[in-house]
Amino acid sequence: MKSSRWTEWTWGKAVPWVLPVALLVAWQTAVETGWLSSRVLPAPTAVMAAAWHLGSSGELWQHLSISFGRAVAGFAIGGSIGFLLGLVNGVFRPAERLLDTSIQMIRNIPHLAMIPLVILWFGIGEEAKVFLVALGVLFPIYVNTWHGIRNVDAGLLEMGRVYGLGPWALFWRIWLPGALPAILVGVRYALGIMWLTLIVAETIAADRGIGYLAMNAREFMQTDVVVFSILLYALFGKLADSIARFLESRLLRWNVNYQHRP
Amino acid sequence: MGAGQGAELVFVQVAKRFGAQSVLSGIDLTVKRGEFIAIIGRSGCGKSTLLRLAAGLEEPTSGIIQLDGEPLQGINTKARVMFQDARLLPWRRVIDNVGLGLKGNWREQAAKALEQVGLAERANEWPSVLSGGQRQRVALARALISQPQVLLLDEPLGALDALTRIDMQRLIERLWQEQHFTALLVTHDVDEAVMLADRVVLIENGTCAFDWPVRLPRPRQRGDAAFADLVEAILRRILGPESERGAIAASSFGEKRRAL
Ligand SMILES: Nc1ncnc2c1ncn2[C@@H]1O[C@H](COP(=O)(O)OP(=O)(O)O)[C@@H](O)[C@H]1O
Ligand SMILES: [Mg+2]
Repeated sequence: MKSSRWTEWTWGKAVPWVLPVALLVAWQTAVETGWLSSRVLPAPTAVMAAAWHLGSSGELWQHLSISFGRAVAGFAIGGSIGFLLGLVNGVFRPAERLLDTSIQMIRNIPHLAMIPLVILWFGIGEEAKVFLVALGVLFPIYVNTWHGIRNVDAGLLEMGRVYGLGPWALFWRIWLPGALPAILVGVRYALGIMWLTLIVAETIAADRGIGYLAMNAREFMQTDVVVFSILLYALFGKLADSIARFLESRLLRWNVNYQHRP
Repeated sequence: MGAGQGAELVFVQVAKRFGAQSVLSGIDLTVKRGEFIAIIGRSGCGKSTLLRLAAGLEEPTSGIIQLDGEPLQGINTKARVMFQDARLLPWRRVIDNVGLGLKGNWREQAAKALEQVGLAERANEWPSVLSGGQRQRVALARALISQPQVLLLDEPLGALDALTRIDMQRLIERLWQEQHFTALLVTHDVDEAVMLADRVVLIENGTCAFDWPVRLPRPRQRGDAAFADLVEAILRRILGPESERGAIAASSFGEKRRAL
């Protein structure tokens, strides 16, 4: 009885992993039997070996911290500009009338189309990457902040005024928490754009970072390093998403839509 | 809580227009210190507007509102409002909602206010898990914690079921008797008006058209003959002479009586 329940439990936990593990095994066998050339796709063990090599030589951490730094700097700059613009335009109608049309026009330019111009402006230095990330992150944060602020319950704001809240208290107690669910949607979306932008920017023009690692390895036919770089990006993407989810479950505990989420 | 004192609220020829639409056209009304007034009238006659004027959320187009002899300017800081929807902040726990806008060490006070409305043990829950009646009780605790001199109630019980409504009426009456604030209650329920008010005021065509003193001793009984007579008289006046027979017929069916 007890053991059968235990096996049931482990089976339940294991099910989602059956397919990935089977795929890895198949992949490994395909490479080892020579059916799949390691030029096309190196064996999982080879990728792990490349990871180990890069890690122990210290090279990996250098590239990682560079990419991470670009991501954080770009997100911080673009995110704060988008947040502030969204806030100002959400709260003050005249500001919205002045700025919104211009912002919407710029928003319609795909930010990656700016790459040639950005390289002309900044070369292939750090500024170029940070600028592109910031530009990509700005708009989803802007639009969602604006939307969140605009949808704050007017009845609550009125109540706040009657209960003696000043402008600051109104902002901290009502505007901001009311807009937070929408803002976090923007953050989550922006995190995705942040990695995508970084991948493209680093792949096209960089002398350090994960993208550079991959492009450099390509020149020397190190397929294992290329695959490992791709996995790194995937890992970072997953990490960013987990952080966004964590923020949501912490900050939106009061909201039934965010309760009991895995 | 200490016995504060209610403020006197005087409307002098107060008119309010929204664009071309005249909603109130000359309200003269004196609410004495600690008095409980119920405002009734057909839907859209301007009851909420009158209350919002008293709260300082709207400015009169003409006329003045005096609070203890001083003309009211901006938000009425001596008043608290209870709205039909409780308007609790969903992202603050019950006790933090009660302490909204208070400074210093208010937690103990908030706990006491929650105890007064019978919700002491729900202090740390989110508003979303409370029932409609419980939310209104939290809103009442929030309104009364700062010991306001005026309490403005805009159909606060309109969305509650009949039994919860009776409970809340008793609670409001008890707290009013303890704290002596001046109360202005907008309601569409004539029973409720007669149950709670010292005076029932009818708003019609933008003015205070009629005024009934309620001299029944408290606590009042719905089954009481004098109670029923007054309710009937008020209904007959609101519905007009041509619908007199209908009104009497309706008032003998408890629930239909509320269908103003
Ligand atoms: N802010 C406003 N702008 C324009 N018209 C309004 C506004 N507030 C209320 N009104 C109008 O004033 C009239 C009275 O409204 P209200 O005071 O809410 O009535 P009641 O509470 O008696 O049902 C209604 O016709 C309503 O449409
Ligand atoms: Mg109303």
